Amino acid sequence: MAETKKWAMVIDLDRCTGCQACVVACQAENNIPINEEKDFLSRRAKQWIRIDRVWEGTWPNVKARFIPVLCQHCENAPCEPVCPVYATYHNSQGLNVQVYNRCVGTRYCANNCPYQVRFFNFHDPEWPDTFWNQLNPDVTVRSRGIMEKCTFCIQRIRRAERTIEGRDGGKVNDQSLKAGNYMPACVNACPTNTLTFGDINDPNSDVSRRARDPRHYKLLDHIGTSPSVIYLKKVDPNAPEEEAH
Amino acid sequence: MQEGKILGYRRINRDLLRGVFENPVKYWAIVLFLGLVVLFAVGAAGFMVNRGIGVTGLNRPVFWGFLITNFVFWIGISHAGVMLSAILRLSKAEWRRPATRAAEVLTIFSLMTAVLMPFIHTGRPWRLMYWVFPYDFSRGIWPDIRSPLVWDPSAVNTYLLSSILFVFIALVPDLAVIRDRSSGIRRIAYSVLSLGWRGTPRQWKLQAIAGILLSALILPVFVSVHSIVSWDFGMAVSVNSWHSTIFAPYFVIGAVHSGVSGVVTVMIFMRWLFGWEEYVRREHIDALGRLLIVIAIAWFYFFAMEFLFGIYGQEGDELATRSLQIFGHPWGWLFLTFIITAFFFPVPLWLFRNVRRSFLWMTITTISVNVGMWLERFIIIVPGLARKQIFTQSWYTYAPSPIEIMIVAGTFALVLMLFLLFAKVFPLIPIFDIKEGQILTDEIKVGRRRVPAVIREE
Repeated sequence: MAETKKWAMVIDLDRCTGCQACVVACQAENNIPINEEKDFLSRRAKQWIRIDRVWEGTWPNVKARFIPVLCQHCENAPCEPVCPVYATYHNSQGLNVQVYNRCVGTRYCANNCPYQVRFFNFHDPEWPDTFWNQLNPDVTVRSRGIMEKCTFCIQRIRRAERTIEGRDGGKVNDQSLKAGNYMPACVNACPTNTLTFGDINDPNSDVSRRARDPRHYKLLDHIGTSPSVIYLKKVDPNAPEEEAH
Repeated sequence: MQEGKILGYRRINRDLLRGVFENPVKYWAIVLFLGLVVLFAVGAAGFMVNRGIGVTGLNRPVFWGFLITNFVFWIGISHAGVMLSAILRLSKAEWRRPATRAAEVLTIFSLMTAVLMPFIHTGRPWRLMYWVFPYDFSRGIWPDIRSPLVWDPSAVNTYLLSSILFVFIALVPDLAVIRDRSSGIRRIAYSVLSLGWRGTPRQWKLQAIAGILLSALILPVFVSVHSIVSWDFGMAVSVNSWHSTIFAPYFVIGAVHSGVSGVVTVMIFMRWLFGWEEYVRREHIDALGRLLIVIAIAWFYFFAMEFLFGIYGQEGDELATRSLQIFGHPWGWLFLTFIITAFFFPVPLWLFRNVRRSFLWMTITTISVNVGMWLERFIIIVPGLARKQIFTQSWYTYAPSPIEIMIVAGTFALVLMLFLLFAKVFPLIPIFDIKEGQILTDEIKVGRRRVPAVIREE
């Protein structure tokens, strides 16, 4: 095996338009049931990636800011040590993985996640009859009583490793991931290239390059979770001096 | 300060075995009613397991609600047994005698009820064995010992086993008394349980040593159990108002507060049910009332400190959570009810001797304490989750569903029903202990003076 990879994502908030294409792509890729109005009202909707909207400024100078929030794949994840059955643990590629078969559904991990990106299956998932045939065969349909969350589309990463490294004898890097369409669904769907995914241990990858941008910061970094998702601050050229922070 | 009359051994045996040998209608009516409530709760729990956790009122920020509150509450009640029994036995408090067994039995049944809560509360309760027992089964994976949810079952199981042993050691002489008064299959059962007790001096000595030893050994377990339960919350780094270092002693003293109150309620209840006016006397609840004043004030100190620690850091998130707990709707009303019923209503009343010696007032005040302490756990658990982090955009609130309310009501009925069924098989007041107390009050005449017949070595 080659040098260890560490998967990471850079989210450039300057580019995000809040179009929700990533949300829809994620629902389709990962067999997430359709969120209806009642799911949102009872706060049980599942969105592995969601667009948080923040209003900035006071009326009439109000601006909407968008922050796509997904599982941060923290290096020091608060959700991992509290699981009694190792249903969530850190793998060797820096992913915070969820093993559905192990999960007993204590929901402790979800309590302990500061980003609220863990979702519980309160009921068995349901789709309209015609939709059952279009589920993704690479992704488990989660039964009721277990936790789920963003996996960085681990099924695509595994397929890339099998195909590129196993069959073709190539190397998994930015070019081969892009060429084979192996990027996570949200990254593929983003029309403005807000999301960048890749191996942060490779100094030449897009992710490493963009992570060195001086605008970079991490969400809720003060808790000490050291997330693998790096955000690039939105810079408003017209902002008055005193509002800059 | 012993006020009771000197009762003969025959009278003591007859009175205290009344629960075992007589079948009053009152008793069976109560058991039947409680059984029905339990049946409804079992139905509700079955429905929840069958349909999924979706039938509760839980949602995305608030993943733990009524059932976990109830778990912490019953663990708290279970602290009464050891607090009263072990500490008072070691300190040789004379007034402990009628209270010890009721307290210990309350410990056992409330612990059993408490552990039911997290079990049925998981998403897949049939997978219980994977995390409750430190054994890997066929998966090749041991439970993660970093998780407080693995510490919990270990601590609770240790406490449960040692409490059962503790009760059993104290039961053996009484079992022999019942054995000698029964016949047929019943006699065989009690013979086996009483382990060949004949009341020889050697047997008494061993029984006394075992009691004292277990009292001393069980105390660290008693402190550890609620500390570990508090770490379920204290370990959560990202929930404001949970992530606190003072939680362990705060929870332990709170548990003792609600537990001892629970014992007083139960003692007055069994006095009424079995007519034990000569055994549970005013001096006993008076002493327990004085103990409760001390415990309540210690608890209040920790409660205040916990709040102070929370706001001392002046972090925005933490302050927001605290202000929700005290002023937000509906938590503000619950908080007010909690602080009044758990402290400001009962404690000033206990300062009056007449209140401490009134069975009615002690019933009212101790039930009030437990209403407050239930709310205390609710106010600790839910608002913290509802306002977890400041910009996750998923703040919400929580209201229990009828299913959860039925299960919680069922646990109260279950503990009381098990307690009464225990009274059908075993005496709830230790017969030998009461007799020992009588011996200590016996006096003999030496010349013109009356002196105690027995002098205890200290």
